[in-house]
Formats: sequence, structure tokens, C-alpha cells
Amino acid sequence: MVDVSKGSAPGGPGVNLTKGQAISLEKKGGGTLTAVRMGLGWQAAPRRGLFGSRTREVDLDASAVLFADKQPVDVVFFRHLVSDDGSVKHTGDNLVGGAGQGGDDEAILVDLQRVPVHIDQIVFTVNSFTGQTFQEVQNAFCRIVDETNGQEMARYTLDGGGQYTAQIMAKVHRAGAGWQMTAIGTPANGRTFQDLMPSILPHL
Amino acid sequence: MTAELVRGQNHPLPQARLEIRVSAGTPVVAGATLCDEQGTVRGTEWVAHPGSPNLPGLEVSKQAAADHRLAVDLEALPETVHRLNVLLALPTGGGGPVRFGAVAAPFVSVTGLDGGEVATYTVTGLDSESAVVALELYRRQGVWKVRAVGQGYAGGLADMLRDQGLPQARELAVTIQEAVSSGMARAVAPPPPRTQDGDRARRTTSRAANAGRDAQSDAAPSPTTASAAAPGPVPPAPTAPPGPDGGVPQPPQAPRGGPVDYAHPRRRNTAPPPPPAAPPAQPGGHPQPVAGDATGWSMEERLYNQVWGMFEDLARTVAAYRSAVDFAESRMEQELDKALSDPRSRIGTAGDNARAAAQAKRDELVGRAREVLDRDLTQLAAETGVVEPALPPAFASWDNPVWHGYRVPMEIPMALRVGDLHLSEQPDLRIPMLVRLPLERGLWIDSGRSGSGAALMMESDQLRAAAMETAAAHAARLLAVYPAGEFTVHVIDPAGTGAPALAPLTESGVLAAPPAAGAQGVTAVLAKLTQRVELVQMAVRGGATDSLPPDLDTAEQLLIVNDFPHGFDDRAVTQLRYLADEGPSVGVHLMMVADRADAGAYGPVLDPLWRALLRVTPVPDDHLIDPWVGHTWTYEPLLPPAGSRVVRQVLAQVAAARRSLPR
Repeated sequence: MVDVSKGSAPGGPGVNLTKGQAISLEKKGGGTLTAVRMGLGWQAAPRRGLFGSRTREVDLDASAVLFADKQPVDVVFFRHLVSDDGSVKHTGDNLVGGAGQGGDDEAILVDLQRVPVHIDQIVFTVNSFTGQTFQEVQNAFCRIVDETNGQEMARYTLDGGGQYTAQIMAKVHRAGAGWQMTAIGTPANGRTFQDLMPSILPHL
Repeated sequence: MTAELVRGQNHPLPQARLEIRVSAGTPVVAGATLCDEQGTVRGTEWVAHPGSPNLPGLEVSKQAAADHRLAVDLEALPETVHRLNVLLALPTGGGGPVRFGAVAAPFVSVTGLDGGEVATYTVTGLDSESAVVALELYRRQGVWKVRAVGQGYAGGLADMLRDQGLPQARELAVTIQEAVSSGMARAVAPPPPRTQDGDRARRTTSRAANAGRDAQSDAAPSPTTASAAAPGPVPPAPTAPPGPDGGVPQPPQAPRGGPVDYAHPRRRNTAPPPPPAAPPAQPGGHPQPVAGDATGWSMEERLYNQVWGMFEDLARTVAAYRSAVDFAESRMEQELDKALSDPRSRIGTAGDNARAAAQAKRDELVGRAREVLDRDLTQLAAETGVVEPALPPAFASWDNPVWHGYRVPMEIPMALRVGDLHLSEQPDLRIPMLVRLPLERGLWIDSGRSGSGAALMMESDQLRAAAMETAAAHAARLLAVYPAGEFTVHVIDPAGTGAPALAPLTESGVLAAPPAAGAQGVTAVLAKLTQRVELVQMAVRGGATDSLPPDLDTAEQLLIVNDFPHGFDDRAVTQLRYLADEGPSVGVHLMMVADRADAGAYGPVLDPLWRALLRVTPVPDDHLIDPWVGHTWTYEPLLPPAGSRVVRQVLAQVAAARRSLPR
């Protein structure tokens, strides 16, 4: 369903992820990873038929749910753009997507050093707020980037992803003194992150 | 919708009354020339400049500044005018930059009177030019449009004016520059130039998201920006970060064309030095905090933004701590409940062990949360240590030495400090509470004992006296931060009980009139201010501000009301409510010194009055909520240190400046 492709986008070589594979967010050479960005980009799919050039607006939303011991504590999404502690920030809602040129149309920045000590997992999700399935969007992707050097660590292609309206994308979680990222890539259905909670819980 | 113009592009103007805002990052002269149908400036009377700032339908600033607001009323321009050129020029003879290529690209925007931007243009690509036509507003078939021009002149104003067909171009250019230099002698130190430093995001202990970018931009401070653009002293080398007292004392800088140095000797007025490169990249390393480390067009704006940034950082780091503690507590309770409900734990030591384990888990998590909190608090305390001494008077507490070097300002500051805020986790870490000027709402200084524990500890009379002293300190501060004659204070003190607290105001002679006493006094003052609000409102709504009576006091007005509702009849109460609602938009503000319980007889009819005012207290009180996470903050009033004469000294200067105003 969801294709986990090689992270070969601009910014450097990524990590080849398969579903459920954990990668450590420790940098080579011992430095700890300090900031990650979840990026989401898409382009509305043109409708086929008589008015072939007409496009329909597609609103995809990126969310991040903060968990402490498997309990949701805070969530960052288009109605709550900054977590109360300030460590997770949404760059703002984009309602129509972009030109599909590969840039992030929405992004969530996580300052891992500022995440409160009791938060141990952060799950990133993508939802189609306008209800179109991933089959109807073009050039849609989501990715996790090391914000300090711009390197892409994981990338999913969403378009052509079947009759789903959401994806549980990945999670970052504490491991020892640092953080690890685990790719999840599970398709789901839902309009906002609340609808996804039952699908998220098995991955915690 | 704002149109971002590129050179040569035009855009229709939807309204005739406009404001043209200029931000240049360095002091520039802003003016305008009027042209006839042939594009010719017919005479010097068609040029608005600092020496002749007012023409029909056009007003420009009287001095060079980094920021300008030009007022334009296209309908009031003479019929023969078909084009209006907005021009910028660098002041000569002040030792400042002589070419636009050495300074940041000026930014101009055309806005409506409601503040809505119509079009903007960044004047880029300039090099050796010292004068530039930034925009032209022109009439085409009865419709006004704006065009981005960006035509520069290496020969300065004289060349520009000659190009527009003015015969006396050279003479007028000299006149303009003379008017500017004489104005500069009186002006406060110019704002710092914009450097790439100014756009940097705030940096705290682990704002790692910004660390990479910061490290890059700091690594190579452009020598062009640092030296050529700085009109004043060259900023200290990055290897000399400011000490905890706010900076290495700087020698008094050379005055720019004037005999008086208004700069605070220990305060830099240029861009702060770039902090040491890349310390945030080292885990656990603390970047050196720097005053003015925030975005803004001027040092004042940067400090304002920095203070608000510190406010937000403190709110958020405490939110993180509190949520971690809450989580640890609730997890422990769950685990204790579980241990208690397990039959096996009722015998032997299993139950005790489970309890001890649960408590140890709680303590461990709380301990780690506290560690993170302490790290952030240390960082914020260090930042406070450099920011406080750098604050201008309007932002500074009364014990700041900047008040001893006080001079009556030439411009209204962007904000006013009305108190300090702190949270219970770290009571000695105080954030200045800055509110924007002109005031958006009046103040209510609560003399009631209903609020905090501190208020309950005091006798009622003591508290009322303290409230009135607080009010006098707020009023003195407002008088001090406004230019001479631009802020007028009235007092209603029906029974004269406020006289001791008001003494600094009454004795220095800064009040418009002696405090009004008795019911008659109340009626007279309220009637006068109500009439003023009505007049100005009518004039603004009718678009006829020029029809206001010439004797109208155009200053902002503050009315201090003591002992409300003593001396008030129903009509006076109605007028007071009217002033609270309608006054702020036309520059009339209330400062109520009152115990709400005293006016309890009026019932809910006064609720809107209290709600319209910002409640502050004469003693510490927990009643203010931050806008990010909703903590309750303890407010503390700003009072001069005991025995200090700083307020009287400041008011004496204010009074002297008012007396020397032309009547």
C-alpha cells in the first residue's frame, strides 16, 4: 500500500526504511539529534473528464500527538499550533497544497531537547481533512528531516496509496538518553487525529 | 490584499487618504514633490520636506528618521497636481552613510487610514545613490495609482530636483539638508542599523531548531554591514560579549551633529555584537544572552520583542514542568491504588515495596523535570541580567540608572512597563509587563481588599493610600515617556484624600489643573472630557478632523479618578462609562483608583466599566493570565525605591519642558 521509498530527495542520502523498522536518531560521531521536522507536501489531483483541467482542492493535515506512558498529553495540529511547552510547533495550516514541486506544504518542528521529560513518544499522522483518499492527490509525500542539517531521514509517498484518508506515519520515542525514530506507515481512515486514536494505540 | 510591487509595477489606490510608511533601518530624509501634467515641479512650494513639512493634502516628517509616516490626501491636492513623488535621501554632514548601497534596502508601504496595506515596495539595487524616488502616486484618467519607481541619484537631492524640472534645485537641496541637520541636533540617538543579526530568531538554551542557521549566519558577519552601515560607533568585537551588568562601558559616543549626547553611556545604540558563534551546538552549553536579541526595526522594538519572548519562554518552560509533575503525581496515585487493591499486597512487605517504588518513580521524574526547569530558569535569569540594564526608560523599572539620565523624549515609545510578572516556581525571576502605547484600555488600580493575601494583610486606609501612590507613579511614568505637551493628566479627587500621594504631580506643576474636588469639580472635568471625546469622534467619523476647534488640546488625556463613586451622581457615572468605552480610540484614558465594593450599590450596571479597564493592584496579586498556556501570574506594581527622588526629578524635567513649549 504505502511505499517506503529510498530517501533520495535533495538534502543527502536518507535511510532506507521498511515498515516498523526503528532507526536511532543519534548522529554519527556521538552527537545527539536535537530537532526533527515532519514535512508534508501534496498537489491536488486534476479531475478527469470534460473539465479535465479543473482541480479540486485537497486539504491534508499534519498532526503530532504527544504521549506520556501511552496517554495522550498534548497534540499539535492546525487548531493548536504550539504544544503548551513550546517544544512542538506547527508551521500553520495549508488548505490547498502546493504546486507539487517537492517542498513541504505543512511542517511540524520538534525541538527534542525541549520536550518535557514525561513525554516519551510523539506520533506523527497525516489526515485528509476534505475527505479525498490518497488516490486522489498527486505528488503527496511525508517525510522526517533532521532539522539541524536538512537531511531527510525517512520519506513516504502517499499518492496512489489506495482508499485511505489517513496515515499513521512515524513516531519518535525516547531510548536511553536520546531519541529514536520508528517508521510506522500504517494506512487508516479519519478526518482528524482524534479519529485515528484507535489506530495509533497499537503502535505505542 | 497587499500588492508587493517590483520596480516599474503599478497598482490602483482604492482610497484618497493614505499613509506612506518608510522603514530604512538608518535615518533618512523623507519628502515628497508634486508635479504637474508635464511631470514638472513648478516651484519650491511644490516640495514637502523637513524644512516645510506641510502642503495641502500632504505632510512629511520634520526630521531624518529610520521610520517615517507620510500622510497623503489625494483629494486635497491642488487640481494642477498630477503626480506625487515620494523621495528618500541620506542626510549629509552627520558622518553617516553616504550611499544607499551601504545601508539596508529601504522598505515603503502604502496603507489606508485603517492600517490595511495596499502596496509595498522594497527599494533594492541601489549603490552609490544618495537620493532616490521610491514611489510615485499618479493620476490617470481621474484614477490614482501607485508605481514603484526606485530611481536613484548619485548626485543626491540636487540632481533629483533638477531632474524634476525645479530651477532652484541646488538651493532647495541645501535648505533641506540644513533643516535636517538642525533637527538632528535635538533628536535622540538614531536607531541602530539593520544587520542580518536583527533578523535572527531568539536563542535560548536549546532552541536547537534555530541553532544550525544561527551558527551559519553568525560565522560570517559581513564587514560591510558591520562597519559601513553603522552610523555610530563600530559595534564591539564579538569576542567581548556584554557582562552581566549589561555591557562593557562604552565611551560616550560622538554626538551626531549636536552638542548634547542623549545616549545612555552604558547602553549600545548600535546592533548588539553577534553572540559567540555556535555555542548552542555543544550540548549543555549556554549561549551568552545578549540584550536586543530579537527581531525588530529598532533597538526599542527588539527589546520589546525580546521581553515578550522571555515572557513566552518562561510560560512554556513552566508549563512543561507543571505537566510533568502532574503526570508523575497521577501515575503514582494510579500505582498506589493498584497496589492497595491487590490482595497480595495486604500481607507482608509487598505493599510497602510497591508504595516505595511508586513514590521513587514519581520523585525521579519530578527531579528530572526540575533539572530541566532550573536549566531554563538559569538561562532566563542571565538574559534578564543583560536585558534589564539595556531597557529604555519607558521599559525600565524606577531603580534603573537610565532614569537618572532621563531627558524628555522626542517620540512616543512603543510600549510602557506597567509592572512585573512572575510565577511561583521562581518568584525572583520577574518579567517586565509591557503594554503598547497609546494605551488601548484604561487602568483600574484596585484599592479593594477582596483580592490577594497581601491586600488582606493591610488596613483599608493603608491600601487606599498605596493604590493612590501606585496611580501617581503610573501617571508620572506616562507623563515622562511622552514628548513634552503630548500627554495631559486630569485628576478627580472629590474628598481630597489623594493629596499626599498626588504631591509629586501637583507640586511639580505637571497637571493640567489642580485636582478637581467636590461634586462640582467632578461634573466639570467629566463634562469637559466627554465633550472632547464627542467632538473628536464626530470629526473622525465625518472625515473632518480639520474642523476641530483650534484650542482643542491634541495631547492624549488621562483622567485619574480617586474615591469613586464618591461625588458622582448618575449622570457622572454614565459619562464615566462613556469615557471608558469610547475614550481610548480618541486618546482619552481612565485610571480608576477604586474599590469595586464601594460602588456595589450600582449593581451589574458597572460591570462593563470594570471589564473595560486593565486591573492592576498596589500590592502583589495573582490575577493576570498569559496568552499562551493560561498560567496565573503574580503582578507586582512598579514603585520607586523607598526614599528615592527619581520621580520628582523626572517630573521636574517634564514640567520644565512643558513650560518651554510655545503657547
